[in-house]
Amino acid sequence: MIPLVVGKIRRISGPLVVAEGMSGSMVYEVVYVGEERLIGEIIGLQGDHAYIQVYEDTSGLEVGEPVEGSGSLLFAELGPGIVGKVFDGLQRPLSVIGSLIGPFVKRGVKVPALPRDVKWHFTRNSKLKPGDKVGPGTILGVVKETQLIDHYIMVPPNIHGRLKELVSDGDYTITDLIAVVEADGKEVELTMLQKWPVRKPRPYVRRLEPTEPLITGQRVLDMMFPIARGGKAAVPGGFGSGKTVLLQTLTKWARTRLNIYVGCGERGNEMADALHSFLKLKDPASGRPLAEKAVFIANTSNMPVAARETSVFLGVTIGEYFRDMGYDVLLVADSTSRWAEAMREISARLEEMPGEEGFPAYLGSRLAEFYERSGRVKCLGEGNRVGSLTIVGAVSPPGADFSEPVTQNTLRYIGTLIALDVSLANRRHFPAVSWLLSYSLYVETVERWWRESFPQWRRLRDEALNILQREAELMEIVRLVGPDALPDNDKLLLDAARMIREDFLQQNAFHPIDSYCPPEKTVLMMDVILTFYHEALRALNNGVPLEKIRALPVRVKIARMKEVPYDQFKDAYNTLITEIQDSIKELLKEVGAE
Amino acid sequence: MTELYVKEVRKALSAKGSLLFVKPVPGIKYNEVAEVILESGETRFGQVIDVSRDVAVLQVFGGVSEVNLKNAHVRFKGEVLRIPVSLDMLGRIFDGLARPIDGGPQIVPEDWLDINGAPINPAVREPPSEFIETGISAIDGLFSVVRGQKLPIFSGAGLPHNRIAAQVVRQARVKGKGERFAVIFAAIGVTYEEAYFFIENLRKTGNIENIVAFINTAASPVIERIVVPRVALTTAEFLAWRHGMHVLVVMTDMTNYCEALRELSAAREEIPGRRGYPGYMYTDLATIYERAGRIQGMKGSVTQMPILTMPNDDITHPIPDLTGYITEGQIVLSRDLHRKGVYPPVDALLSLSRLMKDGVGPGKTREDHYQVFMQLIAAYTEGQYLRELSAIIGVESLSERDKRYLEYAELFERKFINQGEFERRTIEETLDIGWELLSMLPEEDLKLISVENIKKYHPKYRKALKGGEVSVATNTKGN
Repeated sequence: MIPLVVGKIRRISGPLVVAEGMSGSMVYEVVYVGEERLIGEIIGLQGDHAYIQVYEDTSGLEVGEPVEGSGSLLFAELGPGIVGKVFDGLQRPLSVIGSLIGPFVKRGVKVPALPRDVKWHFTRNSKLKPGDKVGPGTILGVVKETQLIDHYIMVPPNIHGRLKELVSDGDYTITDLIAVVEADGKEVELTMLQKWPVRKPRPYVRRLEPTEPLITGQRVLDMMFPIARGGKAAVPGGFGSGKTVLLQTLTKWARTRLNIYVGCGERGNEMADALHSFLKLKDPASGRPLAEKAVFIANTSNMPVAARETSVFLGVTIGEYFRDMGYDVLLVADSTSRWAEAMREISARLEEMPGEEGFPAYLGSRLAEFYERSGRVKCLGEGNRVGSLTIVGAVSPPGADFSEPVTQNTLRYIGTLIALDVSLANRRHFPAVSWLLSYSLYVETVERWWRESFPQWRRLRDEALNILQREAELMEIVRLVGPDALPDNDKLLLDAARMIREDFLQQNAFHPIDSYCPPEKTVLMMDVILTFYHEALRALNNGVPLEKIRALPVRVKIARMKEVPYDQFKDAYNTLITEIQDSIKELLKEVGAE
Repeated sequence: MTELYVKEVRKALSAKGSLLFVKPVPGIKYNEVAEVILESGETRFGQVIDVSRDVAVLQVFGGVSEVNLKNAHVRFKGEVLRIPVSLDMLGRIFDGLARPIDGGPQIVPEDWLDINGAPINPAVREPPSEFIETGISAIDGLFSVVRGQKLPIFSGAGLPHNRIAAQVVRQARVKGKGERFAVIFAAIGVTYEEAYFFIENLRKTGNIENIVAFINTAASPVIERIVVPRVALTTAEFLAWRHGMHVLVVMTDMTNYCEALRELSAAREEIPGRRGYPGYMYTDLATIYERAGRIQGMKGSVTQMPILTMPNDDITHPIPDLTGYITEGQIVLSRDLHRKGVYPPVDALLSLSRLMKDGVGPGKTREDHYQVFMQLIAAYTEGQYLRELSAIIGVESLSERDKRYLEYAELFERKFINQGEFERRTIEETLDIGWELLSMLPEEDLKLISVENIKKYHPKYRKALKGGEVSVATNTKGN
């Protein structure tokens, strides 16, 4: 055992502490700073000086206080007890802290991330018997952590060998012995608890192409700008454009097995709202509270800045762990800009050469380290498990100006851009996703999935986007000469675009029915609107006056189809299509065209 | 904390702006408070903002003028900046460092509190959901405030933000009685006229015994502006969490706070962020604004209404921009409306209350509230668009429907937004005015309101039901 390094504080400047006498420690090693043993991480070494970012308030520290190395990197604790919980950036369970020390966060609190005294019912993998070969990802057994999550207990990465012993079914704590593996002549004792350094990606067999769409229940995403399972998306938008609402909506309704919500440098009240609504809202598939498939990481804007970085990496590590069980996991980070700002602050205190707008030159590579940990993979272990980790990051560009460094650097790594437009939000068009700026690189890859169940998806999508694009062009003309100067078929196109915008793209995140729109309904709704447009165009070309088409009562019904419950929608769809066709036929008869 | 020996330095290395660099003695703590004693005998507060083997940097409240490097006398206090707090503070006026300036006696402290407070654990926060009725239609109807929210007013030079804030303070009520409330007023670098406008206003309402004022006027030292909001919020937290009071904190003008922050950052020779403001301004502002909220199982609440003036009316300026990213919405004042004579000149398109959805609806205000709000705004947006259009192509070329929207937009500003400075409208009155306006529009255009609510509240149906009389809503709220 190497003795741990003990140095002394030399300088304190906000969250940055410089310690001397630290030779022998490593970069990113966790250290305990001062008498109160505040948690910090070494971010740079020079001679025997260590530059330490401290994850807790440094007020009251003195020059000369001890700094003690831990010999290890920053770890995440992985095992039963994670799901449904709220952690801070250092994985301290906030509700436990709340009941221990009261409603205010104080520093120096040491609580284990996962409860050591809770017994979980472990069901062993009946296929395994002593002597079997086991390796990373081999499932030893399962714990039903919540009604929605079967928490598989896996052999941690880096352990290969033969199973010597596996306990029988029963109740165990996470530190009780579960299995013994003989590896390289040594006996390794396994518990349900794994530790993994947060900055290091967890291994897998190989990456797979992201061919499945992540169904989000949000029409503008599922139809127009799909995100693939294992893909990565960014949501930039000025304040008030609805970033947080959109991200929360994703974590509520996306068809995944587990959602991780990282609130990093954001509002405390919003976090509280998310926690409460996740307890109240029910998962559409199972009817169980959404909190049973969610993990929260909360480092609000007034909590120590340096821990913003650990919160995103902690989130990703937990995400990878559940991905390794063969689950589809979604991680949303709100907001990556606050993390970038924390990097900027630390970098400035280290007196590093600043890049654009004072951000460190390594901003891009750090963002890449985060986004690149997403992916759809073949997991380690038996049974051909496929899991995915999808990452959606919010970006908060100053002044809603997308040319700033965080947005621009993020765009280099993501596959779907969900650009939020403040002017849409001001007009109360929600979700305020700009259909002109947003894009998805996954359209081609996920098309196969859609083709199997909804062959019309691609055609509808492309036509709708074309109509919206054409609308933008026509509006330029309208602004100059007014709408009356347009020919009737262009006016009709503007009507259709308006229907797409108001009756399809707008979606109320708080409406009991409209908040979640399954893919079947999404496709049929677009089909109704475009059918109306085609029929109306046919009528117009056959001499029906535009006013008559505009006055059709069926348009009001189309506008209200959002509110039709999903299970009744198929009927509503048939009725609407028939009514559209009948009323157009009627109009055509009036002008004697049919 | 108490040590028998005194940590004192009698030699300073350099001084500039508000920073004093001294040779450290052992045992100086980061962020601790120090007293700088001048030759004249005057004492100033300072705070350690950087400490190393070779130098300790002090930020001196009151600046370093008159400091003599040879005779500087710095005594370190061994603890962070604390202020005395007590219930007796109610009804009193203090300076930025919580020293009485109203001629009254010193307060007898119940406790000494760290002005930086401690972050509320997000897991024990209670989501704010109690509607505060301000009696102002634009706020209650469109951008409702709830207890525990932080909702700033984004104003501009010369706009009536102070009158609006004073009206809110005068009129704000919450359902239920017997709850104790308090108002904390923090003036940050404002003129005497502004500060006294408020105090006089509060005196007039006879509520002065519920008010604590902290005044840092434009003439007070810049550096003190850094602590005023923190001192005010520490007092607010003391009243809310220790004494179960519902506290509304009005802070004006946060722009002066940010300017002070920039000045300080420049003095520290930090790398500037956008427009010279420090890169950590977001985090710094967050440590102020995030002190609003409610806590599970505790009675009180802290609600914030900071006021800031947008330099050059530019909402993308870093001060309003970063504020908007932290606060739960914003009430933006419009110079155009002000010129038109509309009071309060609330810009209905740029303003927003993020917590509104949790504070309105059945049992809180009225079941149609949220939908009416959405529809009023949607129609006003349409009206605004048509205004722009008609400026180019003329009103004549608009359709009948479009002309109705134009008229709606006009009346929306004149009747709904506009109201008297001393007029208090109940939420039912506000919503009924909204319905009167909406009834100008074709009924099929009211897509955002459910059919049931149209049938129940649309003046057309209500008149039919009640024989021409507009019924008053059933679930009236008690004050």
